[in-house]
Order: sequence, then structure tokens, then C-alpha cells
Amino acid sequence: MATEMAEAATRVVDLVVGVAGDTGVTPGIMTTGEMLTLAVSRVGYDIYTFQTNPAEIKGGQAWYQLRLSDQQLLSQGNDVNVLIAFDEEGFEKNEKVLADGGVLIYDASAYEPHPSREFRLVGVPMTKIAREQVRFPLAKNMVGLGAAAALVDLDLQVIRRMIEQKYAAKSMEIVEKNFACVELGANYVRSELGLSPIVRLKPIPRPERLVLSGNEAISLGALAAGCRFFAGYPITPASTILEFMMRELPRFGGVALQMEDEIAALASCIGASVAGKKAMTATSGPGLSLMVELLGLAVMAEVPVVVADIQRAGPSTGMPTKTEQSDLNLALYGGHGDAPRVVVAPSSVGDAFYTAIRAFNLAEYTQGPCILLSDANLANRKATVDRPDSQGVKIVNRLLAPESDERLPKPFPRYQITMSGISPYAVPGMKGTYFVATGLEHDEYGAPNYTPEVHTAMSHKRFRKLESAYANRNGDEWVSLYGARGEADLGVISWGSNEGVIREAVAQANAEGYKVAFAHVHVLNPLPEKELKAFISRVRRVMVAEINFAGQFAHLLAGRFKIDPIPLTKVSGTPFTPQEVLDGIRDAAA
Amino acid sequence: MTTTVTTEKTTGQPEERFDFKGMIEPVWCPGCGDFALLNAIRSALRQMPEVERQNTIVISGIGCSGRVAAYLGVYGFHGVHGRALPTALGVKEANPSLNVLVMGGDGDGFSIGGGHIPHAARRNPNMTYIVFDNEIYGLTKGQVSPTSPKGLAGKSTPEWPALEEPLNPLAMLIAYNVSFVARVYAGSPKTTTQIVKEAIAHPGFAVVQAMSPCTTFYNTYKLWAKQVRTLPEDYDPTDRMAAFARALDTETMWLGIFYREERPTYEEMIAQQAARLRGDEELSDDERLRRLIDSFV
Repeated sequence: MATEMAEAATRVVDLVVGVAGDTGVTPGIMTTGEMLTLAVSRVGYDIYTFQTNPAEIKGGQAWYQLRLSDQQLLSQGNDVNVLIAFDEEGFEKNEKVLADGGVLIYDASAYEPHPSREFRLVGVPMTKIAREQVRFPLAKNMVGLGAAAALVDLDLQVIRRMIEQKYAAKSMEIVEKNFACVELGANYVRSELGLSPIVRLKPIPRPERLVLSGNEAISLGALAAGCRFFAGYPITPASTILEFMMRELPRFGGVALQMEDEIAALASCIGASVAGKKAMTATSGPGLSLMVELLGLAVMAEVPVVVADIQRAGPSTGMPTKTEQSDLNLALYGGHGDAPRVVVAPSSVGDAFYTAIRAFNLAEYTQGPCILLSDANLANRKATVDRPDSQGVKIVNRLLAPESDERLPKPFPRYQITMSGISPYAVPGMKGTYFVATGLEHDEYGAPNYTPEVHTAMSHKRFRKLESAYANRNGDEWVSLYGARGEADLGVISWGSNEGVIREAVAQANAEGYKVAFAHVHVLNPLPEKELKAFISRVRRVMVAEINFAGQFAHLLAGRFKIDPIPLTKVSGTPFTPQEVLDGIRDAAA
Repeated sequence: MTTTVTTEKTTGQPEERFDFKGMIEPVWCPGCGDFALLNAIRSALRQMPEVERQNTIVISGIGCSGRVAAYLGVYGFHGVHGRALPTALGVKEANPSLNVLVMGGDGDGFSIGGGHIPHAARRNPNMTYIVFDNEIYGLTKGQVSPTSPKGLAGKSTPEWPALEEPLNPLAMLIAYNVSFVARVYAGSPKTTTQIVKEAIAHPGFAVVQAMSPCTTFYNTYKLWAKQVRTLPEDYDPTDRMAAFARALDTETMWLGIFYREERPTYEEMIAQQAARLRGDEELSDDERLRRLIDSFV
């Protein structure tokens, strides 16, 4: 709590910029946002974005939100201070989030806005400048970018380098035309309109940091963990992991395949893991639904495998480009029979790198499936993160049996009953450790066996492995605690990508005099019982915050800890804002 | 539990060859064609010195024949119904040095798993798929399968004979451009051994339709004995149109190699792409990762 409050107090710059428009009319809406993000990050500021791509194949209203600050950012923020709206619909759809007195930068050659509240109107004839002065109408978005840069006093040369990175390979002419648009946009604001900057983004000297999306962080973490086989099937919003792995994994001596469906994707990952490789697939809800039978196979045959589910909204095809946390029940319970599996959830872009490593470590340790539950919001949004420490993290590999050179080997007890439940693994190529991995119930040697004794003992073994993983977490933090340290009036519990926004809201609530504690759960199965019991015992009331309708995690905690939590849920397809969580805390505490 | 047999290696030196028997005895019905096929496959493996026990894995589906993974004494993976092919593909691409054998029945391969065959054919991994085809569902006790003849009443569904035309697996495999397509019959064990050897030796995706009468639910020994004929000696297995003609001749159950074509395997193509992406620079994985992370600054 102290840290958050201290940071809030010393924050000099905290600005939210929104970019809106129809991508069919103005190409490069997202590029405008991304370039501004990278440029701001390059001069040393923290960034936190939120974006929704239109669901249309071409065209449709896009939204790119960028919050920037000289201090660490935990959420995308609430209201927008600067709105760049390229067309009237983009303005009208987003007018409600523009703060009173906020700045509206608009394309004066496209429309004249009729705002219902008081804003500072900055009309720049973007289309006209791009068409008449640069003869490159495609780059009208760059005129808007230049106008915004002038208003925050951002060094244009930094933007030039971004443009060079993106277009230099195509042609220098394109670079020059784009940059001319940026300069003309900036000059128009400064000279024609005579406006001075609303904030000055002076460079902050600090070590270079990375700008990553959640999907990129997961992919990098997987590589660091030793993933050397990936198979996937295109699905929004997980496809960028498939694309990343197909580009990068072969460089590391691995194999990445685009399969014919999600079933084949997980099947081939399980096959690769049987052959000894660390394997991962990435999908979204519809794909995970198809994979549940194979999850059971990985449990029964005891094969390590990581399944990243980048959740999207709704059942069936739902809302593919929108965010939700409604696959929790599927991840925890999906499939027939008692099939225990590990479930982990990244809480931020930076954490996604380490959560991917944790997912591989737990899959390897337990010799079974580990589901990583991310979401569309985390998948796409960019954030500044410290350079990940790939050397300092612990990498776990499956327990391997020693190779036997006996000429007539004894049967190999691949499914040996042990105290921890973990049995030595063997891979083809090893001598003397022959066995059949099987989805049938089996004895210690893998021979089919349907006796009551064996099914009971093997069920215990499979569940015991997860208990052992929890007992052996060795300082790995499965729950993060924030806010009030001792007794509290309200304890918020959440999981997944909500961590930052809730930290921010809890800090604000405590600053207002409420007494609120916050526990963020990183491993959802096996549930960190001790930590949660201790947390629940020191708060008067529990509130569980999650982005789904039914309150899936709240139900789980209610049953497990015999509590009656207050659900804080939403299903708008968008993440929580700090304000929404703060309102929830105020209601619950009232 | 395991024994060895002595065979002559090509060098003339006697070598102790593993007998390719597993810990478990088959649980099939007496007279099941799968016994003869299993023995023919064992003979083929024994006759191939390049097939080493520790480098061989059988991936099987669910069904009577799916149990074969446990009967060969090599590594095995008895997975879920219909997914043996993509599972095997993962094994093969993760470790291309393994001999990967895929086995299962007509229900497993042509019904629930039928969608995976064209994609395996497109990729052409160097692995061998033997489909034990008895034209019936045996393990679930006698329902009609995708290769059951039209009008066949399964023993468990006598009131409802099959209304569906049977699939023509060979024509389908040739159309999918599988690079090695053959048919064998449990009643012709010597030919079976020979063709299985050729299928395993084929550098690419080889599919063998292995006709296996089910003595319990659909006993076709007498029927098929009248229908089988070996492809003529002058038959050219590189002629795809001729292969179609023989496959579409459903009056005769032709046995032999219908079609074979050598083209690059998936493993070879993947290795080429990977070499291109990797470039010439020798870098440790740690260094590669560091550089990749730096590219996000």
C-alpha cells in the first residue's frame, strides 16, 4: 500500500490518450497508437495500453488507449485526457470517456464535432495536409500523430526513428512522406493554432526497458522455459503466439507447426512430449473446448504439456475480439472423469513471462497438463516491462529414469507409486525402459488394470502430484498480497489480468480511509489453501472480482472456504477500470 | 518375459534380434485376423536390422487393434480414439530419428479420425500407418463401421442395416496423394510381411489397409478368400491413374502396393526451413534469447 500511495503522490505526468476511427476510412489507427506508445516508452515513460480491434474483416471502429506516466502504471486508467478522433463516429462513440475539459484532436477536413460538454477542440485538417502538402493521403493518421506529439512536447526525432524501423525496409520515400506528415501536423498545432503543450514529456534517463504484449511475454517465457515444440491452430486472440513461435522456435532448434484443428494441435504436443520435448499449444475458449478429451489423456498417461488459453468473451463463437475470464470452470474441470490439472494465470504483461515459465515448471514437475489462463485484454495490450531475468529463474525438468543397459530388461515401472506421486519418466531412444503410455487405467507398469485397488491407488497418485507441487513451491509466490496488512474490513480476491487495476483501486480506497486488503491468486489449481485461509481469516468480508457473469472463482472459493463472498463481475467485453473497482469497494464497505 | 531369436544379419554374422513381443498377451477373440497381422508385423520388424527396439514407438488409437501398441515390446502410446495420426506426428517431428508406427482400426482411422489423414498426406512425415480394417466395430460389439458394406446388419443393430455406402479407403488415400498406399490381407501373411517391410522402408507417409476378418461380429474369411488377388507383376505402382482404377474395382480385393511416390518428407522440409531461419551464425540458446529479448527494446 505504502508504495502505491507514495508513487501516486510523486506522479508528475499521468495522461490517457485515446485514438479512435474507422480503419476502413483511416488506415493505421492502431499504428498511430503503437507509434505513440513506442516513442513515449523510448523517452523513458511507463506505458499501459488497452485496444480493441474491430471484429470486421476490413473496416470498423477501432480503439487504442494509451496511458503514460513517469511512474509505474497498474491500469489503463479511467477517463481519456486526449482523444484523437479521425472521423465523427469515432468521436461520438468515445465522447463519453473524454474527461471534462479534455483535448479533442480531430480531422477538420472530415468533420466538425458537436460536443455535448466542454472540451478543448484542436481541429487539424489532416486529410487536406496529407493530400495537398505531402501528396500521400494514406498518411493522414501521421498528421494526427504529429499534432498529438506537439501537444505533449514529444521529440519528433524519436517518432522518426519509429517510422524508419517500420518502413525503411520498404522504401525511404515512404519514410520521408510519413515523417513529413508528422512534422506538418506538429507545426500546424504550434504555428497555425498557436497552442503550447499541455504537458512536456522531457526524456527520463533510465535503463532501456522492453515494450511487450502479453502474448509476446508468454512466447518469450516459453522459450526461456525450454519449450521446443509448439503446435497451434489459428484463433483470435491466440494466433499471435502461433505466429511468434513459427518465426522464432526453429531458431532455437525447436519445431512449430500449424495443425489442421485444435485437437490435432494438442495431440501433437502430447506426442512431442512423449518423445521428450517440452511442448505447448495456445488457443482460445472454442479451441480449449475441443481439447478437453486430450487433457484427460495427458492426465492419465502422465504427459507434461502446457495449454495457453487466451480467453475471449462468451460461449460458442461469442465475441472473439473482446475480453473475458469465463473459461475458469472449463480450465479447472473440463473433461470427464477425475482429471486433476494445474491452472495458472498471468497477472500482467511482465508477469506473463514468468507465468509461462511457471506453467512449464509445474507441467514438468507434475508430469501432466498445465493450463495457462490469459485473456484478450492481456494478449494485445502493450506495457513497459523491465528486461526479464531469464538467467535468474529456476527451470524444472521432468524426473527421468536412468537408462538401463541390461540386455533383457525388466518391465519398467513408468507409473510407480511414490510418496510424491511423481514417477521416473522415460522417452523413446532410452534402452531398457520400455513401456506403453496409456489412457486406460493401468498398473505401475502401464498394463491395463480395472481393479478397485488399482483405480483407487492411481487416482490418489494423480491427485497427490498436485499436492506435492504445492508443498514444494519453495518460495514461489502463488498469492500476492496488497493493501491493508493486518485486519481489514474488506478483502478483495482476484485472479488473472485484473491485478494492476485492483491494486490501484485498493490503494485509492485506503487513501480515502477504507481498510481494504487484496489477495491476487496466481495458481488457481492446486489452490494455495494456506495463504487464502490466512487472508480470509483477517478480513471481515470477502469480495471476489472477475470478468465473467456467473462469478466462477467466487463459487469455487465459497465452496472451498465456506464463505459468502460478494461478487464483483462484469461482462461488457472490456477489462475493469480502476473506478469500477473503487465503486465496488465503496458499495461493499458501505 | 521377453525372449530373443537368432537371425542372420546381411553380413552373415548371427545377431540376437529382439522378438518384438510385449509383456502382455493379446486379448483378441480366437481366429481374429489381428493375430495374423501382428505376427506378420513382428516378422517384418525382425527382418529389418535398421529397426532398433529402443528407437521404435507404436502409437495406436482405440479399438480392438488399438491394443497392438502393447504387444510389440517397443515403446508404445495408446492414446484417445481417432487421434493417433496427429499424436504420432508430434512424436516424429520432436525426434525424427525414431521409427514411428501408427496402428488402429477402420473406425478409429476412417470415422472419428478420418479428418487427420489428408493432412498427414499433405505433410508426408516418414511414418507408417497400418489400418486394421474388419469393416465392423468389434470392441463395442458389432455396430457397422464406415467400411461396412451397404445393407450390412451389425449383430448389435440387426433391425437397422447400414443405409450408407461404404468408404473406399484406397481411392481416398490415393486422392489425398498419400505417398505409399498398399493393401494386405490377414489370410496372406507372407505378402503382408513383405509389404509392411516396404511400407516401413518407404521414406514418407505410408498407409497400409490391412484386411482383418472379425470372427465374432462379421466373419469375412470365406467372402474375402474368394475376392483377394495379388496385383499383377507388371503393375506399375507409380501410375496414379492405374492405382485409382484398381482401387475403384471393388469386385476384386487387390493386394499389394497400389501407389508409391518419393517426395521430400516433412522432417526434411522442416529442417531446411529451420536452417534458413537460423542462419549461419553459431549461437547458444541463451544468446539467441538475449538477442530476441533485446529486439523488444
